[in-house]
This record gives sequence, structure tokens and C-alpha cells, in this order.
Amino acid sequence: MKKFDKERVLLAVAGPVIALAVAFVLSAIVLIASGKNPVEPFALMFEQAGFSDIQVLIINQASMYYIAALAVAIGFRMNLFNIGVDGQYQLGAFMAAVVGAHADLPAALQIPLLLLTAVFTGAFWAGVAGVLKVTRGVSEVVATIMLNAIATSLIVYMWKPDVFGVKIGNNNTTGEMHESGWVPGIDMGAAGEVYGLVILAVLLGIGYWVVLNRTRFGFDLRASGASESAASASGVDPKRMVLTAMLLSGAIAGLAGLPILLGDSHTYNLNFPTGIGFLGIGIALLGRNSPVGIAFAALLWAWLDKASPELDFHGYDKEIAVIMQGLIVLSVVVSYEAVREWGLRRQQRRVGAELAAGHVLGADNNTTKEVAGR
Amino acid sequence: MTAVELAGITKRFPGVVANHDIHLTVRKGTVHALVGENGAGKSTLMKILYGMQKPDEGTIAIHGEQVSFSSPADAIARGIGMVHQHFMLADNLTVLENVVLGSEKLYGIGAKARRRIKEISDRYGLDVRPDVLVEELGVAARQRVEILKVLYRGATTLILDEPTAVLVPQEVDALFDNLRELKSEGLSVIFISHKLGEVLSVADDITVIRRGTTVGTAVPAETTPRQLAELMVGSELPTPETAESTVTDRPVLTVDKLRLTAPGGKALLDDITFTIHAGEVLGIAGVEGNGQTELVDALIGLRHADSGTIRLVDEEITAWPTRRRREQGIGYIPEDRHRHGLLLEAPLWENRILGHVTERPNAKGVWLDPKAAQEDTRRIVQAYDVRTPGIDVTAASLSGGNQQKLIVGREMSHKPRFLIAAHPTRGVDVGAQAAIWDHIREARREGLAVLLISADLDELIGLSDTLRVIYDGRLVADADPATITPEELGTAMTGAASGHLEHEETPETPADASTSPESPEDEAR
Repeated sequence: MKKFDKERVLLAVAGPVIALAVAFVLSAIVLIASGKNPVEPFALMFEQAGFSDIQVLIINQASMYYIAALAVAIGFRMNLFNIGVDGQYQLGAFMAAVVGAHADLPAALQIPLLLLTAVFTGAFWAGVAGVLKVTRGVSEVVATIMLNAIATSLIVYMWKPDVFGVKIGNNNTTGEMHESGWVPGIDMGAAGEVYGLVILAVLLGIGYWVVLNRTRFGFDLRASGASESAASASGVDPKRMVLTAMLLSGAIAGLAGLPILLGDSHTYNLNFPTGIGFLGIGIALLGRNSPVGIAFAALLWAWLDKASPELDFHGYDKEIAVIMQGLIVLSVVVSYEAVREWGLRRQQRRVGAELAAGHVLGADNNTTKEVAGR
Repeated sequence: MTAVELAGITKRFPGVVANHDIHLTVRKGTVHALVGENGAGKSTLMKILYGMQKPDEGTIAIHGEQVSFSSPADAIARGIGMVHQHFMLADNLTVLENVVLGSEKLYGIGAKARRRIKEISDRYGLDVRPDVLVEELGVAARQRVEILKVLYRGATTLILDEPTAVLVPQEVDALFDNLRELKSEGLSVIFISHKLGEVLSVADDITVIRRGTTVGTAVPAETTPRQLAELMVGSELPTPETAESTVTDRPVLTVDKLRLTAPGGKALLDDITFTIHAGEVLGIAGVEGNGQTELVDALIGLRHADSGTIRLVDEEITAWPTRRRREQGIGYIPEDRHRHGLLLEAPLWENRILGHVTERPNAKGVWLDPKAAQEDTRRIVQAYDVRTPGIDVTAASLSGGNQQKLIVGREMSHKPRFLIAAHPTRGVDVGAQAAIWDHIREARREGLAVLLISADLDELIGLSDTLRVIYDGRLVADADPATITPEELGTAMTGAASGHLEHEETPETPADASTSPESPEDEAR
């Protein structure tokens, strides 16, 4: 049986490794085609990863990518495509910023209050799509895309000074949050500060794994993703599961902007990062919806983001990193499917082989046989 | 004249031999049956012949000419066609579109293709209408479309993989007529099956394969099913007959005037009333598509009755959701195990949890208990003889029979009070079939109530204590399994008889009396 375990690890790693290799090669080809040195940019970016200030930037950025990708992954695990993570986290962060600017509780209450505000806002926004899907059969893809657009407009509206907005120079903000809602960073000396909520990202990752793999609910969710028909026959209420998964996905999505909001910006302004929800889709894909895989993928993405500006100083376009991100997503989709099919076939063959060779479970390990059951 | 000759075919997979020194000679213009248990190596052999896998040793000759296939396209070019057990048709396309799909170059996609389809259909008596949507076709018609698809691509040798598994006796006869038509036109058919009676009735030659090698050939005229089965499994042929009755008078499942309608208002099930007692197997006979699926769905809770009641022992469960029904002791062996019974890409132990996620040993409170589930999976694997190298392999890597044994083991492990067994041995080899029958019989002795739905009339008659016939969503007739013959049952399944079926007495006055008020209504729908 150990053999099959090794097999699973091999299969799990083969997909991303192939995808990354292909993406590197294709990016190099793009560089060659534009008459550039195909190796130096990567060397430069690798070099960047060695600097501690860049490392802090990478970790900070990755924490937000990670949370967004978890939100996407929850949906993916049951074949729901929540493209609305972007709108959900922006609204979540916006509402948290508004509450943080107006409520002033002791930190021990203020921070949970802000987290819950973000969670409920995100869940509510995703829940709209969930309700539409289970009651009217509206595709969650379409609904969440629309909701993204609505969220953007809603934020523009709420930025108006007579709603929640505070104009600071030319910048729209939600006003400075009370300090009780600031989450202190982890001081790294000259390198800067790691957001305190990086811890939250880690906890969410652990929670994600535990819920999916160790709870009945997680089993039902995974079963629904693997086979809707088998899940219903097993007693899962498909509508309830869709709604729950959407709410959960939205709840996590709502948190994606908080590391920077509570750790650095302390207001939601025009400079607040956008698009993290979309990047989360690619990161969840690359990470195969596994909490560890997503962590690697988020770090990789953050590295490409934070190391690429250096390229501009050496005569390369930093957009090569964006091209690379795109190529990774493309090759991931292809290579995972190929590896999955190859793995299934390979296992079928091997099981056939083992059986024909007489390696039947119980044929030689009779010790464990009779204890179970009664 | 030989159409196909396989000589000395050996196929090794790392560490093992799947096919060993196989010899198979198919004469032109004959139906050649390939029989063997699941996992005996039939599919590997057919994959080799169809170009999906390359043999390590041995030769393939088509019409006397030695060939080497590297893909199914090569095999098709040589006139080899395959009709898969699971149909590969797009429901939302018409027959014409399905047939030309992928072969647009042959006769285009328009009038010429339509003409060609008509031509093939008429020539072989396939009765295929090119412009009907596939979703409107029944199983038998879909199969004919599959056959036509293969012929359209110019096949002269057809491989049919368990073609009768999904058909009722009358449809099987029609299929066999088609096959005879094909062979009279000089085509050759390789017919894979483990239904021995059918093999004997349609085949001209029989090759038996066991444990990866050809163990013998037989001439149908000189062989009995029993001899063939013994050749196939190397042991006695099991029979589904149950010895003494274990029926009690304690009702376990009581269904009263159950009615289920389709969105348009058409009744899918109407006035379904029956009681199953502890220790009783109630068999439902019927041509597929007459409400069996809906009945099962209504009992397991995938669809809810529009009217009528379902009671489990003394509780009314009509409004219960599926999970509650399963927790309260309804076991479910689904008709389509791939769609409703398994997570194919999940390991066996997760499949052991499926459907019983809230119950021990799979869960403690809201938490899963993977250790206990794995331990119990090992027990099931051994107790139910699931042939697998381990419990971490995916369900997809097991053969159909072993998948089914896992499902049966899982359902029985929760001590159900009532078991829904829909086609429990469909696509399962003789050995596994006997094991599954034994498990059902044993549980029945301990007071299990079973609803058995099957297309295998021998199985129905052999296992059931009571038989009912379902036709157009109604239970139209009942019969005593001790006296009824498969032929009589088959007739009733077409709706030609109703009331109580008596052996060797054509249903006369009482039957007619109950038919007449019903039939106009049937016509109306």
C-alpha cells in the first residue's frame, strides 16, 4: 500500500512541476522572440528572492493571495466557480474599514468585530449568487461576475462624502480607522513588518484542511464536487450544499483584504489592491485546491509580483512576470488534466497487475482481518 | 475465410501478464462469442484488437493480412468497430448528428449522410430514424444507433461489449435478429458476454477465456450452459434459487397509493401499493423505463411523492430526506453504481463512507473517523471478497464486480431493515453474482426486507418471494415465482397481461376484467 501512497505524491507533484517547467520555457521563448536574453530576467528575479525586505513583501502579499485562493478553492471542491471573490473581498474590506472608522471598542472586541464584518459582508455578497442559483437556477459564474461589477459601483457610491467617504486630497478613503482595530505586525527589523494577519491566513489554511478532510460536512462537500448524483444518493441535499459552499467561500473571501487593511493601510482608499480575487483563481488552480499547494502557489505569485519591478532597472519589462503568470495558469489546466487521466489509467493498470500477481488485500496480512466490524 | 485471427497474444503489465498466449479465430460471416468472468482478460484482449493497446507478443491478422495497430483509428481503417457497453452518444443531438460526428469526411453531414444512414438501417433491419433526438430513444434503439455508427464507418468486424446487459428478453431477441442479419451480409461479430444462454443461442463459435488465457472453444450445438459455465469459472454454476421461505408477517415497508408525476403532469408512478415483510424479497419485473427508476428514487428520497404514503415499519417516512432514510435503515444498491453508488476517483475507504457519513464507524459526532472507516473497509474487502490490492486505490481501478461487492458490503454493514437492490448483479461476473445473491439471501434470513429490481428474469424468479410486474408506472400484475416461467413474465412485462399470472394458463377472464378499465386510460396517456 505504501506504493500507492508514493504514487499519490508523485501524481500530486508531477502536475505543478510540469506546468511550471512549461511556463518557464514558454516565457523564455517569449523573451527570445523579443530579442532579449531568456535567462537573465529569471536570474535577477531569483536574486531578488534572497533579499529580506523583498521576502517580507512577498509574504505579506502572499497572505492575501492565499486567503482569496482558499475562498476560490472551497467552491472548486464542489464544482462551484466563485468568480466573485474579487467583489466579495473588496466589499468585505470596505465595510470593515467603515466599521473600523466609526466603532471604537477595545482591541480585543474591535478586531473580532472587524473580522466578522468582513466575513458577513463577503458571505452575504456570495450568498446572493447562492440563493439565485438554488432558487432560480442562475449560474453562479454569471451571477458572481455581475455582482463584482455591482460591488465596484457600490463602493464608488459609498465613497461619496455624504455616505461613508472621506476625501483626503484627491483620494477617496473611508477615513482613518480607530487604532484599536489595527493589528500589529511582526517586526523584522530593517526588512520591515510582516502583517499580523498572516497568522489568520495560516489558521484559515489549517481550518480549511480540517473541515474538508476531517468533518462530515467536508466529506459531503467533496462528494458533491466529485459526483453530484452520488452525493444526492448518499443523502446530501444539493441545494443546501450549494448555498453553504457559496456562503463559506464568500465568508473567506471577505477576509482576503484584511491583512493589508488592518496591518498597513488602515483605510480603504483608491490605492487599495484590487484584482486579488481573480489572481486567487489561478493560485487555487495551481495549488490544486490543497492548502499546502495553495501556499506554495501564493508565494510563487507574490514572488513574481514583488521581484519583477527590479527587471525595469535592467532593461527588461516587468510585464514578463504577468506573462509568466498567465502561462502558468494555461499550462496548469492542461498538465493537471493530463496527469489526472494518466494517473487514473496507470492505477487501473497497476491494480490489474497486482491482482493478477495475487497481491490481494488479506491474502497475506491476515492479522488485521477479524478485529474490525462488530 | 477468417475475418480476424489473433495468435499467441501476450500482454504484460509491469510484473504481471494480463493476456497470455491467446488464440482467437473469427470466421467471416459468423457471430463469435468471447466469454469469461470479469477480469479474465476480455477487455484487455479487445483493447488490443481495437488498437487501444499494443500486444507484447503475438500477431493480429485481419482477412489474412498481418497488421499492427497503434490507435483505434488504425483499427477502424481496417474495418474493426467497437460498440461499447456504455453508450457514447450525445443525448441532445439527433441520430444523424451522432452518427456523422467525427466522420464528417465520409459522407458529409447532410442529405448524403442521411441517405447512407437510411441505406444501412434498411439493409440490416436496424430501424434507425436519422432525425430523432437521441434523448427520445430507449436503450435498445440507442444500441442500434451505436451499431449503425460503427457500420457507417465501414466496419466489417463488430465488437459488441456485453450488448445484452441493458436489454430485456424481447429486445435481446431483436438484437439477435439484427446480428443474424449482419452475418448474413458477410459481416463478422465478436460478442462479449457472460450470459451463457444468450451466447449459446446466437453464437456460431465460442471461445472461453479464463485468467488471461484461452482455455477452450465450444460449439454451441453441442454445449450446455452448465458445461460452458464450468469451463468459464472452473467450478459449479451458481443458481439464484432460495430454498425455504423466510417471509414473516411483520410489514417493514408499506407503500400506499404512491403517485409521482413528471413536470408536465404525466404520471410516472401511479397507484403503487405494496407491502414488503421482514424476510421477504419482492421482485419487480418490467421493461426498463416503466417507472422502476422513479420508484427507487421515491423510496430512497431522491424524489418526493406527489401523493400517497411510504411507511418504514411503523413510521411514516414519506417526507423524510434521503439522509434520514438511510440513517434509519434503508440500504441502497443503486441501478447505476457509477452515478449513484461510488466516487470513482476517491479511494475505497472514502467510498465506504459514502452514504453513511453520519453513522459509525465513519463518524463520531460531526467529525469523520478515517481510521475506523479504513479499518472497516479492510473488513468489508475481506468479508465480501473485494479483489483489490489495498483500500487506498480508487474505486475506478476495480472491476465492475468488485465495485459492486464493495457497495453490497457497505450497505449490509449498516444492518439495513429494508434494502433497495436495483440490478444488484448487472455487469457482474458469475462468481461475484453468486456471492451477492448469497449475501442478500443471508440478510433475508435475518429479517431483511428487499425490493429487488432486475432485468435478469432468472435472478428475479430465483430470488424473489413475491413478484410484481410494473408497466407504465403501475403495478399491473403479480405472480408466484415458484411457478412462473421467464417467458410468461416477459409477456406480462410488455403489458399484454395483468392481474394474477398463472403458470400455463393464458390470462383469461379475471385478467381481462382487470385489464379493460385500465387500458383506455393507458392509451390516453
